[in-house]
Amino acid sequence: MMKRHFGKVLIVAVAALFMTLTVSGVGLADTIKLGVAGPHSGDLASYGIPTIKAAELVVKDINAKGGVLGKQVELIVEDDVCKPEVATNTATKLVGEGVNVVLGHICSGATKAALGIYKDSKIVVMSPSATNPALTQSGDYPNFYRTIASDDAQARLEVDFVLDILKVSKIAVLHDKGDYGKGLAEFVKGFLEADSRAEVVLYEGVTPGAVDYSAVVQKIKRKGADAVIFGGYHPEASKIVTLMRKKKIGIPFISDDGVKDDTFIKVAGKYAEGVYATGPMDVSSNPMAAAANAAHKAAYGEDPGAFFLNAYAAALALLNAIEQSGSTDYDAISKSLQTNLVDTPLGKIKFDNRGDATGVGFSMYRVQDGVYIELK
Amino acid sequence: MEYFIELFLGGLTRGSIYALIALGYTMVYGIIQLINFAHGEIYMIGAFTALIVAGILSMLGWNPVAILIIASVIAVVYSASYGWTIEKLAYKPLRQAPRLSALISAIGMSMFLQYYVLLAQTSNFLPFPSLIPDFKFMEPIEHIVRSSEIVIYITTAIVMVFLTFLIKFTRIGKAMRATAQDRDMAMLVGIDVNKVISFTFIIGSATAAIGGVLVASHTGQINYYIGFIAGIKAFVAAVLGGIGSMPGAVLGSLVLGMSESFFTGYISSDYEDVFAFLFLVFTLIFRPSGILGRSDTDKV
Repeated sequence: MMKRHFGKVLIVAVAALFMTLTVSGVGLADTIKLGVAGPHSGDLASYGIPTIKAAELVVKDINAKGGVLGKQVELIVEDDVCKPEVATNTATKLVGEGVNVVLGHICSGATKAALGIYKDSKIVVMSPSATNPALTQSGDYPNFYRTIASDDAQARLEVDFVLDILKVSKIAVLHDKGDYGKGLAEFVKGFLEADSRAEVVLYEGVTPGAVDYSAVVQKIKRKGADAVIFGGYHPEASKIVTLMRKKKIGIPFISDDGVKDDTFIKVAGKYAEGVYATGPMDVSSNPMAAAANAAHKAAYGEDPGAFFLNAYAAALALLNAIEQSGSTDYDAISKSLQTNLVDTPLGKIKFDNRGDATGVGFSMYRVQDGVYIELK
Repeated sequence: MEYFIELFLGGLTRGSIYALIALGYTMVYGIIQLINFAHGEIYMIGAFTALIVAGILSMLGWNPVAILIIASVIAVVYSASYGWTIEKLAYKPLRQAPRLSALISAIGMSMFLQYYVLLAQTSNFLPFPSLIPDFKFMEPIEHIVRSSEIVIYITTAIVMVFLTFLIKFTRIGKAMRATAQDRDMAMLVGIDVNKVISFTFIIGSATAAIGGVLVASHTGQINYYIGFIAGIKAFVAAVLGGIGSMPGAVLGSLVLGMSESFFTGYISSDYEDVFAFLFLVFTLIFRPSGILGRSDTDKV
């Protein structure tokens, strides 16, 4: 008799336990809920997990100081495996759990898929890593912010640098036909064509690994270019620059992150002098960045992974916006994000009305005496 | 007009570079009907050897011309021994096997050498010193044609003349021609065919090494992959000119180099390779054995 009912009693007991837990969960509802979404399993987990760690560190820190608006911050972590079709479910789930703000998603595709759901629920989303330009520039997602520069930021910086600082107008745009190089070169061309001061005199792809680039270098000269913007990597850049200098073409050469590499300087040698390249801003001198990295090392025993500092900054920015605006209301948070500067490992940042962080992203570097020097 | 001359000279440079590699390709093919895909790797190994030797010598403070000569000689000897070894290891055991087996073996050898250098050296690009000095008398026209380009033109011409002379007028050349025509018959009349084939590989590898040193010195950088890309283009040039023919390899290389240069200069470099290969396709449609190729039918 006893034995026969034992199973049922157990089930009832467990169910009762769950119910009390749920009830107590509801009782604890007075927290600020920070959703964290991204790939936490699968191939791309290494892009998502550092963001969870960043959020954990920030939340621990803030909770220890009394939380946000006097409430403790609670993390709600959901996996989207970087897949758009999963990301919509992830978003629905987070919305269902009543998150106030979301840190994520990580991949541009997944972020785009999830954004519509957050938008309908009026939830602010901030990604540490989604770089697709359209996410902010299309204007479709007013609830979206990010602490990483968009894919076209380097192109924008290169074009502004050439037109405003070097003040030249006839520009040759070259690329290496690859996804990265050609993608950048297309943005550069687009920005140049949109600006009445500039004229694209040459737009061409070179073949990576070719034995000689003299034909294209002669073409640069013939077209009367005043500057060359190259999208691609350092092996081609060093060949082109070397050949240009040897053929006595002294015009500025501006390139990207793929060229901002010490191998470029080593290979091009004296011909690398004066070459400009864009690269991520140097945050190594920022004490908060050093502190965040040290905290990560202390808590997890290893150096932080991809986008850690961007995620750290995003978590700080989101929670700061709630604190500053004094509420979890969508409009109040948005306004606060766009007006109040917040101290982060990436520097003092706020967001423009499209959602891109100001003061985050790339700087122009110049080769001087065999090293890249950041131009301020 | 100056632009035309510049493009012409650029094409001449490209063509000469291809020719230095294509000569070895075509010579080996002429003798044993094997497309030696590892030829491009020999070129790369020549460049690496020269880089190492030049590094050591310049640390010792030698003068550049001496470095260029000694580095080239060591590169040539080293690459030639590689060529000889490859033939013994990878091709000789397959001499009686179907031709496809030897071809696959060649592709395998090519990959082996690439990854061997990748592992033994580095995957990074390495700077290669300009071993060829900038000549004083070139100063006024340096912006049109550089000293290193002149050296490449002249070397290619010398190598071509030397090889043609070797094959046409020497005893070993006669043996090579005999082996090319009919290997069994050559053996019957007392020619040591194995020795002839080894010799062919040694000479072919030596020319590839010379190419490697000059081209690396011209472009200023090398990595383990340069041989593959240059090798493919040189192979195309050899086929274009008529594989097996020495003047054909040079002509094919120049035609390919020029057409790439003019296409880039007057139209666009975006489709440079497309154009080069399209050119090859059309040439082969109208002249299946290449521009200067012998049109003997193979019994397959």
